Amino acid sequence: MSVKLPIYFDNQATTPVDPRVLDAMMPYLTEHFGNPASRNHAFGWAAKEAVEIAREQVAALIGASPKEIIFTSGATESDNLAIKGVARQYESRGKHIITVQTEHKAVLDSCHALERDGWEVTFLPVDREGLVDIDQLRDAIRDDTVLVSVMLANNEIGVVQPIREIGAICRERGVIFHCDAVQGLGKVPFDVVEDHVDLASISAHKMYGPKGIGALYVRRGRPRLRLRPLIDGGGHERGLRSGTLATHQIVGLGKAAELAAEDLVNGGIDKVRALRDRLWDGIRENLDEVYLNGSWEHRIPNNLNVSFAYVEGEAMMMGIKDIACSSGSACTSASLEPSYVLRALGVGAELAHSSIRFGLGRFNTEEEVDHAIGLIVEKVRWLREMSPLYEMVKEGIDLSSVQWSAH
Amino acid sequence: MAYSDKVVNHYENPQNVGSLDKNDPQVGTGLVGAPACGDVMKLQLKINDDGIIEDAKFKTFGCGSAIASSSLVTTMVKGKTIEEAEKIENSLIAEELALPPVKIHCSVLAEDAIKAAIADYRKKRGEA
Repeated sequence: MSVKLPIYFDNQATTPVDPRVLDAMMPYLTEHFGNPASRNHAFGWAAKEAVEIAREQVAALIGASPKEIIFTSGATESDNLAIKGVARQYESRGKHIITVQTEHKAVLDSCHALERDGWEVTFLPVDREGLVDIDQLRDAIRDDTVLVSVMLANNEIGVVQPIREIGAICRERGVIFHCDAVQGLGKVPFDVVEDHVDLASISAHKMYGPKGIGALYVRRGRPRLRLRPLIDGGGHERGLRSGTLATHQIVGLGKAAELAAEDLVNGGIDKVRALRDRLWDGIRENLDEVYLNGSWEHRIPNNLNVSFAYVEGEAMMMGIKDIACSSGSACTSASLEPSYVLRALGVGAELAHSSIRFGLGRFNTEEEVDHAIGLIVEKVRWLREMSPLYEMVKEGIDLSSVQWSAH
Repeated sequence: MAYSDKVVNHYENPQNVGSLDKNDPQVGTGLVGAPACGDVMKLQLKINDDGIIEDAKFKTFGCGSAIASSSLVTTMVKGKTIEEAEKIENSLIAEELALPPVKIHCSVLAEDAIKAAIADYRKKRGEA
């Protein structure tokens, strides 16, 4: 049995383009290269038709109507457009936004930008499992609250928020609800109608589509929802996102959305779940003092986020360099701060430094998982032999009683 | 993090990993850093009556460059006198390993570990 190295277990960072997606895209780079906005020749018509098919595919994935899909450059742009677009449109109604401490930076930093413009933002805490408290969210809504933004699934720990309940509260209170759905699409059910979502951010490259393309779902119908665009120009996409449509990218997003929807019904995602569970079982059976970060029950099936006590995350990643994964350790970030998501859960700084995220995906195999388990177990044991903390704990020393020299 | 070959070599083949008897009067132990900061180094030096460092061992919880810095330090101090070892500055460690700027603190920690181990040795000898 030979496993091709390195093994890619970082599917929450990005995913490879599915060959079926690439096949769908290719003709729109070569023969059907037209501008979908060219209304008077066959090249434009072919491109326009492909874009509209993709719009239907994306809409079908989330239970929307095609007219409600706005193509963007990716989820960061979608988050910015949703939050700033709502804020600029509705600032006469109030200047208060509610979001959650564990949101993606694209949401948090969009909110911070609005704070500088005089908006007030409530950053709700999460519990030990990473879940937002519904009652706390309900209580945080004020008369001047315009928008609530809560993600479907977290990018680090994969925890799935109770979107349907949040949506119902927002609808009842007349507050606009934005959901960054990027990490959950094709992994857990998501339906904008049943979940009462007004705005949803979508990315292609987290679901086996190309980078550089995403979408924003903007609900139509009553009560009317309007956005102020961020980009001015030719008035594409209902005037919400000017700029020539990237036909091949959009076709790729559409095909990726279609395959993601199939994954949920044809057992595709269950295979990924089985691999993730196999990895976690293999780790737990062979190592002591490994801790799961975030809820197990409310979690996308492709994510595993584990802290290996007494082993620093970046050193661990160097040890298992044949496995591409990521860490919440400060040493892997430019800021030298450990993961803000893990800290929001109340994970201690030591364990945050020791965290590793494994993101399983459609193209991983059992052989890869088994190889990874062997390597992880070997390297954790090796690094623990080198760890003064592990030695102290084995000597019976309580690490919290030690007077550390902070630096 | 893209590390130099020297860091990678020390990480993959760390020198002098282990522990000396911390109760031995000839052994000085330095424990620096904090788990919450993501790095802790334990450096132990065995010093003979002539003031020469006969042996050095380390254990480190930290990133690749922290492990490499500790490993390098053990090889640098062996055979040196206390006075020579005390003069090892972090810049020398950082330069030797070609540490990237964000990892300079690892070399600072390694320098601190030498000083802490020597201070512990002197304390045991009643010299402090």
